[in-house]
Amino acid sequence: GPEVDMHCNTARRGNSNSRSGSKVKEEKPKKGQARRSKAKEKKKVLREQCEEECRQDEEAPKCSKNHRNEKAKTEERGDFKRKTKDSCDEERNHISSDSSSESEELSADEEESQEEKDVLTQEELEKLKEAVEEKKKLIANLRGKPWPMSKKLVTLRESQEFVEKYEGALGKGKGRKLYAYKVMMMKKWMKFQRDFENFRTACIPWEMKIKEIESHFGSSVASYFIFLRWMYGMNMILFGLTFGLVMVPEALMGRPYGSMPRKTVPRSEQAGAMDFAVLWDFGGYAQYSVLFYGYYNNQRAIGWLKFRMPLSYFLVGVGTVAYSYMVVIRTMARNANRDGGGDDTSFNFSWKMFTSWDYLIGNPETADNKFASITTSFKESIVEEQESHKDENIHLTRFLRVLANFLVLCCLAGSGYLIYFVVRRSQKFALEGLENYGWWERNEVNMVMSLLGMFCPMLFDVISSLENYHPRIALQWQLGRIFALFLGNLYTFIIALMDEINLKRREEEVVKYNMTVWQASLYNGTVDDNSTTSTIPVDPADVPRGPCWETMVGQEFVRLIVSDTMTTYITLLIGDFLRAVFVRFFNYCWCWDLEYGFPSYSEFDVSGNVLGLIFNQGMIWMGAFYAPCLPALNVLRLHVSMYLQCWAVMCCNVPQERVFKASGSNNFYMAMLLVILFLSTLPAIYTIVSIPPSFDCGPFSGKKRMYDVIQETLENDFPLWFGKVFSYASNPGLVLPFILVMILAIYYLQSTSKTYKAANMDLKKKLQTRQVQGW
Amino acid sequence: MGTTASQLPKDLLSEYQELTFLTKQEILLAHKRFTELVAKEDRNDPSPRVPMSKILTLPELKSNPFRKRICHVFSTSESKDGSLTFEDFLDLLSAFSDSATLEIKSHYAFRIFDFDDDGTLDRGDLEKLVNCLTGETDDTRLTPEEMKQLINNILEESDIDKDGTVNLSEFQHVISRSPDFVSSFKIVL
Repeated sequence: GPEVDMHCNTARRGNSNSRSGSKVKEEKPKKGQARRSKAKEKKKVLREQCEEECRQDEEAPKCSKNHRNEKAKTEERGDFKRKTKDSCDEERNHISSDSSSESEELSADEEESQEEKDVLTQEELEKLKEAVEEKKKLIANLRGKPWPMSKKLVTLRESQEFVEKYEGALGKGKGRKLYAYKVMMMKKWMKFQRDFENFRTACIPWEMKIKEIESHFGSSVASYFIFLRWMYGMNMILFGLTFGLVMVPEALMGRPYGSMPRKTVPRSEQAGAMDFAVLWDFGGYAQYSVLFYGYYNNQRAIGWLKFRMPLSYFLVGVGTVAYSYMVVIRTMARNANRDGGGDDTSFNFSWKMFTSWDYLIGNPETADNKFASITTSFKESIVEEQESHKDENIHLTRFLRVLANFLVLCCLAGSGYLIYFVVRRSQKFALEGLENYGWWERNEVNMVMSLLGMFCPMLFDVISSLENYHPRIALQWQLGRIFALFLGNLYTFIIALMDEINLKRREEEVVKYNMTVWQASLYNGTVDDNSTTSTIPVDPADVPRGPCWETMVGQEFVRLIVSDTMTTYITLLIGDFLRAVFVRFFNYCWCWDLEYGFPSYSEFDVSGNVLGLIFNQGMIWMGAFYAPCLPALNVLRLHVSMYLQCWAVMCCNVPQERVFKASGSNNFYMAMLLVILFLSTLPAIYTIVSIPPSFDCGPFSGKKRMYDVIQETLENDFPLWFGKVFSYASNPGLVLPFILVMILAIYYLQSTSKTYKAANMDLKKKLQTRQVQGW
Repeated sequence: MGTTASQLPKDLLSEYQELTFLTKQEILLAHKRFTELVAKEDRNDPSPRVPMSKILTLPELKSNPFRKRICHVFSTSESKDGSLTFEDFLDLLSAFSDSATLEIKSHYAFRIFDFDDDGTLDRGDLEKLVNCLTGETDDTRLTPEEMKQLINNILEESDIDKDGTVNLSEFQHVISRSPDFVSSFKIVL
């Protein structure tokens, strides 16, 4: 009808001309006023029509009063529902054929009022903006809609046309230039974001390697390598921090080697300082370098930049821990969001059915294995479901389980004692001079720890066969025990180290006393002149040195990590590679089939390797404060591990027969990492807070406590009021209430989350009963 | 292969980036692999269609027990023969990509498992599903009693309205709680 023509002409005029706003000509009285009032009525009719359609159509947003919006929405709805589309097409055809008669009349009218009323009323502007925003949201969400590509392309093009058409219209009025600028910046920003995402994915290393492993071994083995890669990224950042802010400034701007006692190899050690054996042990020139704590000078500001070295050292130490916490917690939160809240055992069968196939598998042999494992798992769960109602011999099982736990505890205690004993023995050797002993005695501690880490898990495996658990639960127990083993070993090691530190500190007292004696002896040789107190030039190598306990701690950790790495690689080569070679080539001349029988090819032990990686990282966190070279060492180690293990997996391992993940989600390993992070920063924090630093080595020498450097910086480098504010803030009267408020907040959040969970359960039940009732 | 007809025009490439979860490199790689599969005589066709038999030679799909269903679900051919155009192929890769949302993955998973295309998973569909998963050989199949028991258990767990079938929302409800689904429902070229 005519109202449609008018409305359509308006739209077309809008398109073809200056893209101005709608031609609502309500205010100014003109010759066409009568027609205009008729137009208003017809607008009302059209609006009602539109609302009618809106009500029927669930997807359309609320109706607007602006006709162009109505038209646009009809266009939009036409994309979703064919019938409306058809009717819209019909309308359009109808319009184009019928418009000629009315158009001349209207066009003159409209041209006049077009110049007058260029601005949309506020309300219509809002509605138009809303429509444009909706279109933009639609475009952003298009990729998440399960439509075929052709439909998505059509919708995209139409929506983009709409947005372009009317975006310009929105820019009328005062804010026009600003709006257009904003729109352009938004577009540029989106494009930049997309390019950056593309660039970022291109930069991810080792993608092809991991993909190959995924297709051969499935996603659980590949998850280890993805974890390794993530660790590598984190260690790169830690390396960047320690290298850039600690090692490089001291090397470039600090005093050079040989200029101070702490930076020089003592005369007594100089003979063997360059020997490979000494260097491998991180003594000699390696010890008196930027790699360890002892080399750093305690000068407050060095170089022309006035770089505050001690402050930087302290802050980098704190910063590495803080960064690690942030990254681990952020990853945990992301994983938790994705997995939707943890393990539920209420959908066992459905999950087995719908989610057990691994779509990444591309290798037929792996696929066969997967089929077999799925079948076994189905059969087992069916049997279990039936047997869960049966009552077995509970008492025997319980007794056996208690026995098994007792054996494990004995094992753990035994290994802890062994380590303690070995560390004390090594102290004895050190006192008597290490030259008298062979290689084994020198490296006893590290070897014992590594060997324990290798053999005890096997022992636990054997013991757990007593327990008769479901394989998934048995795996969790196994992981828990290995975790306890590593933790126990590490802490025993630290306790033994503490003893050594105390020993060194007593030695330091002796050296300090001897120092005064030695200095007096120096002056005795020259004329006793009270007026000129010139310092006699002494070669730094001859000055008596205190035992620098911090460097000793750093060295111990570095040695531990090196020996751990070596043990891992050697086990890999012998346990996997040589075994595979043996099975492959000796199979021809052996009595039984080696490939299916006893040795056979080894499987890749995902959980064992992940635990090893986590503990390695724990040791890095522990030692990084005293040996800034540790993150660098770790980056190197992870790099080599990646290539070596990728090769070993593809070459020597076979896909696992039964795939039981330790837990459904990645958060299990992340949680362990978080615990280790917490536990490994505790000893470092303890030593920083309670033990006074050595008097002649390191950036904090001469201070009473290492954290005094903060106090010093506040006093000297910041304005006075800052120090006052800080002292108020660290007042216990302020800190205690703050802690109290935080505890209250945690309690509140926990109780709300409990309420949400309960509400969830309620709704679930309601849904079930409602559905059942409905039928 | 070096002809300009086989190159993706830039604006189309950016539209595909907008409409799928794939990055630019992934789309270009998909284009390369797809054109390798196109028969010689169809090379100059603007939107060539590759028959299902050729798609199934891709190593990523070859060992998958649901490969035929995947082709049928993503195919837009009128003759329902499972052949794919390049856009269908992109849809496939986008749904199986790492960054695809749970909703889209579960939607397509449902359609893949719906062997008779009736919009629900009834006993017949579930039986066929189990048979696909347990392999082709006789000694790995389940016995009829085991099959019945298994399907009963599944329906008990997932069928909320107790109508004997699993519809899309029940399926999505079950899947959304699974921790393994998103990481295993992935195909990467």
